Amino acid sequence: MANSTTDKAKLVPSETLSLMSVLAPAIGWLVPGAGHMIQRRWIRGLLLFVSIVTLFLLGLAMQGRIYKANGGDILDMLGFIGDVGAGGLYILTLANDWGQGAIAYATADYGTKFMIVSGLLNFIAVADAYHIAIGKKR
Amino acid sequence: MTITLNHFSAALVFSLFASVVFGITHRDTTREMVRYGLYCFAMFLGGVLVAGWAMWILRR
Repeated sequence: MANSTTDKAKLVPSETLSLMSVLAPAIGWLVPGAGHMIQRRWIRGLLLFVSIVTLFLLGLAMQGRIYKANGGDILDMLGFIGDVGAGGLYILTLANDWGQGAIAYATADYGTKFMIVSGLLNFIAVADAYHIAIGKKR
Repeated sequence: MTITLNHFSAALVFSLFASVVFGITHRDTTREMVRYGLYCFAMFLGGVLVAGWAMWILRR
């Protein structure tokens, strides 16, 4: 009879916790695309950087609102989770007190969504950088 | 600086950048990335146009 523990071990690929598997997601979160760039995926990193940063900056320029940490409305909390994905851009925006939102502009709501989505896209990019670091993806 | 985009151009910009990220992160080879990115872009824009026409029909 086969040992079930050894069978499971055969199915699960070995995921060793290397320095890169910690560093790449962390840097990728702070600067979009940087997690790919430090692993020499220059073009992918650059494209991710341009896409995520442009979407975030467009959101700011459209007078979108940035969400802060809160324990109130569920939509506000979800908005915060999305925004915080943008990493360094989010920190920079909070530090400079940007992203206050202006209801006078009809497009401000689009801007708010642009910033949330750029944060969520950065979460996906961070996960991708991690998969490259552990060898799950080329 | 304030940028004002209309609904369609906002959807176009959104589709473009989201498709680039989806293409890069969801596929392994360069060729597949480009193909998937283009597919996502077409689906985003197609969805916008279909939804737009559906709302126009519902409004009548």
